[in-house]
Amino acid sequence: MSSSQMEPVATSVAVPAPTVEEVERPGVATGKPRSLFSDAMHDLRHNPIFWVALVLSLLVIVMAAFPSLFTPNNPADCQLNRQHAGPNGWAIFGYNFQGCDIFARSVYGARISVEVGFLSIAVLGTIALLIGVTGGYFGGWADAVLSRITEIVLGVPYLLAGIVLAKRLSAGQSSGIWTVVFVIGVLSWTTACRVVRSSVITAKNQDYVAAARMLGAGHARIMLRHILPNALAPFVVVLTIALGTAISTEATLTFLGIGIKPSGDGSTISWGLDISGAVPHVRESATPLIVPSVFLSVTVLSFIMLGDAIRDAFDPKLR
Amino acid sequence: MFRYIVRRLLQGVLTFFGATFIVYALMFANQDDPLQALAGERPVTPAVRQYLTDYYHLNDPFLKQYGYYMKGLLTGDLGQSIGRNRPIKDLLMDAWPITLKLSIIAIIFAALLGVTAGVVAGIRRAGVFDYVTLLIALFLISLPFIVLAPMAQYLFGVELKIFPVTTGGNPSLYKLLLPGMALGTVALAVTLRLTRTSVTENLRADYVRTARAKGLSRQRIIGVHVLRNSLIPIITYLGVSLGDLMAGAIITEGVFNIPGVGFNLFQGIRTEDGPRVVGFVSVLVIIFIITNLVVDILYAVLDPRIRYE
Repeated sequence: MSSSQMEPVATSVAVPAPTVEEVERPGVATGKPRSLFSDAMHDLRHNPIFWVALVLSLLVIVMAAFPSLFTPNNPADCQLNRQHAGPNGWAIFGYNFQGCDIFARSVYGARISVEVGFLSIAVLGTIALLIGVTGGYFGGWADAVLSRITEIVLGVPYLLAGIVLAKRLSAGQSSGIWTVVFVIGVLSWTTACRVVRSSVITAKNQDYVAAARMLGAGHARIMLRHILPNALAPFVVVLTIALGTAISTEATLTFLGIGIKPSGDGSTISWGLDISGAVPHVRESATPLIVPSVFLSVTVLSFIMLGDAIRDAFDPKLR
Repeated sequence: MFRYIVRRLLQGVLTFFGATFIVYALMFANQDDPLQALAGERPVTPAVRQYLTDYYHLNDPFLKQYGYYMKGLLTGDLGQSIGRNRPIKDLLMDAWPITLKLSIIAIIFAALLGVTAGVVAGIRRAGVFDYVTLLIALFLISLPFIVLAPMAQYLFGVELKIFPVTTGGNPSLYKLLLPGMALGTVALAVTLRLTRTSVTENLRADYVRTARAKGLSRQRIIGVHVLRNSLIPIITYLGVSLGDLMAGAIITEGVFNIPGVGFNLFQGIRTEDGPRVVGFVSVLVIIFIITNLVVDILYAVLDPRIRYE
């Protein structure tokens, strides 16, 4: 099937629905056979990348929730008389063009990114689940229509559509995070949707589903009790990766000037804004560019690595 | 094969109309004042208002507007830029050769380095080189363009002074080298991972065992048999990656000041020049759809096993 070959980066390796059967691995024949789940957990526990990614992801989430734990400084306290001033004991990375504490701004910037990231995957996850389960479970014309819609949305390059949509939504108003969440959610559900659909189709043809149907279970019961649990693991993996991508997209839209808009008093803090503000002055001082860039990259990287590690553990085909 | 191509073409036509409709509807449907949205914060003079209303046929029913917009797109009439007072088509004509050069540099860079490193990593699976390249690839894939482009500019332009910091008008090939490589970095990482996976898979295939049993040399097995089969998914990827490349070009050209297509979009967004944004995005979407169509058909030609469901 060609469509599966067309998937972008994150899904270049298909995620099959893990079955509940016990999988025995050749070469690791010692001990009692493990279920796929405990096998995957065993793999994860011994994967250093997983631990690094997990710790960094949790760190970013804590930073978003309680930024004052990491810096005593006020990120909105900007004074032009200390423009590009070097580091001192108080501000460890010095000050940016506006005279704000670079480190404090980067710490406080985590909040918007994490908020946008989680809200976006909530939106895109809901859309993907609704469309993927409906199409995969009922098949027939419903699936045909929904698949065509998916193809069309996939046919528009994500950022380009995002630019048009964000430009329109943000016209004339100061756009908060909801515009960005909406733009990302509405345009990026296709990958997750395909994953859900294919695992629903796999699960639907299993004998136990036929058995449940014969015992008189309704559509809702079959979907919730028998099919959805099978789609859950690959779905969570796609969402984790999508979280990283959403954070990256938010920063990109903001960088372009159509995401999070700066407020006059400097109280809106986003890595995208700080990076975009630092680029024109990179010849004078590079720290205001480097610090938020590192924060953004590490955040995106750790969520994507986390998803990658979980997928590798749950995908027996890769071993 | 014929059935596949016909079905793929039909699907392409559907995507074409669907995607252009989405772009158009995103901008114009259910707007109180679409003109103000197009012009952003910029005050709209009565002349501009009159021009935009006429050009986008805003007094007609919505579907009719879309019809006019499609007609304009297909005949090359993209309207007038309200920021620069020039036909958008002219701006596009000036810009595309530069972006084409930039993308070619990016793709050559990604393909050459990615395939070479991927083949080596695939052959020496689970070796040091494999792990190191995989980690680097994962890192590069996650790096947002808004970090990648400014950092490349800072490191190689400002700090090491190997390349010019900004490119400016009428750029030479040398000036485009650094932004081109920055643009190709993500594609490079994905190509590397794809090549590695498919080389590993193909090395286990029966035909490789046969070739080895026949006594073919290792170079010939890898250079001819494995490589040819491993390149198929990469060709498909490079088609899909065009979307990423466009997104990356907006940032890269904006940061390096390269007057290409992406820079025009970047400027169009920043100066609230709505018609330019809609026009450029529409053209890019069409290019994206056509490329993917061609790549998919090429894919069927290269690999006879591909059938449409």
